[in-house]
Amino acid sequence: MSLIESIVNILPDLNKAFIETIYMVGISLAIALLIGLPLGVLLFTTTRNLFFENSVVNRSLGFAVNIVRSIPFIILLVALLPLTNLLTGSTIGPKAASVSLSVSAIPFFARIVESALREIDKGVIEAAIAVGATPWMIIKDVLLPEARPGIIQGLTLTTISLIGYSAMAGTIGGGGIGDLAIRYGYYRYDNTVMITTIVVLICLVQIIQMVGDKVSYLVNKR
Amino acid sequence: MIEIRSVRKEYISKKNRVIGVDNVSLTIQKGEVYGIVGYSGAGKSSLLRCLNLLERPTGGNIIIDGIDLTTLSSKELRKQRQKIGMIFQHFSLVSSKTVFENVAFALKAAHQSKAAIRSRVLELLEIVGLSDKKDAYPAQLSGGQKQRVGIARALANDPTVLLCDEATSALDPTTTKAILQLLKKISRELGITIVLITHEMEVVKELCHRVAVMQDGRVIEEGSVYEIFSQPKKELTKQFISSVLDFELPTHLVEESKGTIIKIQFEGQTAGESILSDTLQSHSVKGNILHGKIEYIQDIPFGILIIELIGEAEQIHSALEYIKSRSSSVEVLKHVTD
Repeated sequence: MSLIESIVNILPDLNKAFIETIYMVGISLAIALLIGLPLGVLLFTTTRNLFFENSVVNRSLGFAVNIVRSIPFIILLVALLPLTNLLTGSTIGPKAASVSLSVSAIPFFARIVESALREIDKGVIEAAIAVGATPWMIIKDVLLPEARPGIIQGLTLTTISLIGYSAMAGTIGGGGIGDLAIRYGYYRYDNTVMITTIVVLICLVQIIQMVGDKVSYLVNKR
Repeated sequence: MIEIRSVRKEYISKKNRVIGVDNVSLTIQKGEVYGIVGYSGAGKSSLLRCLNLLERPTGGNIIIDGIDLTTLSSKELRKQRQKIGMIFQHFSLVSSKTVFENVAFALKAAHQSKAAIRSRVLELLEIVGLSDKKDAYPAQLSGGQKQRVGIARALANDPTVLLCDEATSALDPTTTKAILQLLKKISRELGITIVLITHEMEVVKELCHRVAVMQDGRVIEEGSVYEIFSQPKKELTKQFISSVLDFELPTHLVEESKGTIIKIQFEGQTAGESILSDTLQSHSVKGNILHGKIEYIQDIPFGILIIELIGEAEQIHSALEYIKSRSSSVEVLKHVTD
């Protein structure tokens, strides 16, 4: 069997795996953005001398975030199986994998958002307070636009991490490219599949990084 | 009118307690340009930031136009803050927003309609002379232009008070002059009360009506700018004044001089030149001007002349008496006793 032939043979599988990867990474990323972004903003604005200053909230959130971040993903994956079953009615497939991927992506992204917000010049926030803006206006019109380049870099980073984690999710039946690489390449010693999937992953990560850098550059007015 | 009543500000950390502002009471009249000077760490910045409660005073009251800011709810405070503009040393513009959007933000905070915001922003940019830069981002502007945007933003909601936090300290001398001119124009044409803090006496001389000198969190001297310049009482005040009116004579000049050296200070309508020429005409002494300067503070002349008088001791003595009778302050720097 020639190289070309064997690649053509796995194309349907590869295609399905690719779509599955995009699917679970996409869902987890959306959830990370939806929950992680407000969480990051809350982590930042509850710190000392900021308008939602509240050390109890700040410390509890920080503690919760650290707990999730300290659990290795492969363990989180197994530990969350009951929750996955509850939410999606199944423990296998890309949809099920999205649950643990989201849970791990939320605190990761929240910390990135928090540190992007920390980079903002305190004077700019003060100037907004001095004109009598509400906290909501300051978040929407000052904090988020000012942190946008950092947040976009963070999204890129989160996406790439999620692709890596999705392979781990694949090992317990999550599907996707990582799953394909492990099933064919690792268990069946099929180097063609292994190398093809690695090449696909390299291309995917490169493209994501390039797009992320470009967008981050375009929105950076500093 | 701004009334600062027994304001204290303490910074408490785990290790120690630092007093930033120590029981300061000041009254600033409507339309006045009021300067607060002091070295860094004197508490002037803390005091200014207490005025719009960017820092909440530990004790005391801030009353602006009859409203005690320290008693307001956060919603009421936001409304009052719209009437207190503030500009900053490092401009503090939102870098991701254009000039137009930066100014518009202040109006948006006051819940203005889109159309009202648009026309008001254009009007403000006209006032500060930046109409052609409305779509530029702060990074594309010079320091002076950035401060103009800051001023436009501060004036957006027709404030009655403008707070200036070292507004010119990050600018070069030429730009500083231009910004001071703009602030002068704003004070004159809009009648806004301006409170500024600075460590540059030049700024005070140029702009202020009254000035307070701060040290270790306290106001140690206060008065009209003219008073402070012509009759400084505290050592620190004298130091500040000397940065503008410095009259150090080279020591060799003093040593080599054969006559009596005197320093005459003259104020207001007492023109120094006429004292000098009258003295020389009525006494047989020669006079050399060694050093001199006339400053116009609030358009009133204030000058210092250092003169060497040469002649017979008796004549010099009577010339000195004559000068003393006409000038507010005469100081003999070197007496010839031969």
